[in-house]
Amino acid sequence: MRHIISINEVSIEEIDDILDRASAIDQGAFDPDALNGKILANLFFEPSTRTQMSFVSAMLRLGGKVINLGSVEASSIVKGETLADTIRVASGYADAIVLRHPKEGAARLASEFSSVPVINAGDGAGQHPSQTLLDLFTIRQSMPLEGINVGFLGDLRYGRTAHSLATALSRYGVSIHTITPPGLELPPSLTHDLLDTGTKIVVYEHLEDIITDLDVLYVTRIQRERFPDPGAYASVALGYRVTPETLAGVSDRFILMHPLPRVDEIDPAVDAMPCAKYFEQARNGVPVRMAMLQKVLL
Amino acid sequence: MKRKPEEGLLISPIRNGTVIDHIDAGEGLSVLRILGITGRTSESLSVATNVASHQMGKKDIVKIENRELLKEEVDRISLIAPNASINIIREYLVKEKIGVEIPSEVFGVIRCPNPGCISNANEPIQSSFACQKRGYRCRYCDTMITRDIASYII
Repeated sequence: MRHIISINEVSIEEIDDILDRASAIDQGAFDPDALNGKILANLFFEPSTRTQMSFVSAMLRLGGKVINLGSVEASSIVKGETLADTIRVASGYADAIVLRHPKEGAARLASEFSSVPVINAGDGAGQHPSQTLLDLFTIRQSMPLEGINVGFLGDLRYGRTAHSLATALSRYGVSIHTITPPGLELPPSLTHDLLDTGTKIVVYEHLEDIITDLDVLYVTRIQRERFPDPGAYASVALGYRVTPETLAGVSDRFILMHPLPRVDEIDPAVDAMPCAKYFEQARNGVPVRMAMLQKVLL
Repeated sequence: MKRKPEEGLLISPIRNGTVIDHIDAGEGLSVLRILGITGRTSESLSVATNVASHQMGKKDIVKIENRELLKEEVDRISLIAPNASINIIREYLVKEKIGVEIPSEVFGVIRCPNPGCISNANEPIQSSFACQKRGYRCRYCDTMITRDIASYII
């Protein structure tokens, strides 16, 4: 039985296999009845728009069916049921479980109590491997992953998507360039892990110092709640906003990514530029999750 | 010839039980905590802290009467006292010497410092840490403990 809990446990061969499958699916090469007769349990203990909808879409496109936890308020969780018990029960109703939960490590726990495969769809500030795979897929649509220059802009301290992507990219020999406000740098433990793999990390204060050398810029949202007052947030956020002017002189293959939702960090005027890939990135969630579902269910 | 008072035995020998020697100075009480030994358990205990040591400068010693530590308990001690030596005593003689080995994983011994970790929620699981080069990594949330591990002992 194959669970997908953390991108760290997915080998580079498996990553390439999932991305190859997703690529074929994206071009229409898939059996629409591949998962006929299979049921997916979507257990979302936290609100989610893109992840939840794209897993449902992926399952339906492969001929499977989806059951939902429904609202947490109306479930036995409010009666104090443990996640372990919820998982034991749900794994009797479905052939696979997709779990989003506010506690870090929740998906690991679920994998210990489930009798069916578990896919982690985000656990607190922890792992979100399907997002990482679709991020890799989006980059690979434009260029090979090996040896590229990837910039990470914004909140790298708490941004789980950036952490997972940086970890996955470290296996492809990329150079990582970080541009963050003070206090929102990569956590030291992750920096150590990346350096241990031989990954080059360069820290910048301003985007203009590196933008023309980047192949990819991955922007993450700077959250208001990290700042003592709205004024402090606004002054920092404005300094890290991507506009058509900031992107002047980028390379031909440069792409701009964002896991969404965005707030102020990318000017809507950038949306029409050919390098803006964030909506395509969101759309890529479906073929990548189709490939993941096939991997664990077939 | 009379001994000078400072040369006398700080704590007396035990007949049967375990002597844990060469504990890093100041960690003796943490060793007891890691073994689940409190003032309310039945063992007779002697603890000496900051004792002069040729090898270590200063060290702690713990003697536990009528209890022989298991290998698994000994390995837990390695979390805070990697240099400790364990002597099993029978009829006042050292019958066995056990060195501590750092285990690859520890279960239910240390608490994850991350309040958002599922291992700190009301779930039927034990904490679980992998021992790595830089410290201990929570198997659930990947949080690393790199220092002051004694303060995370459950």
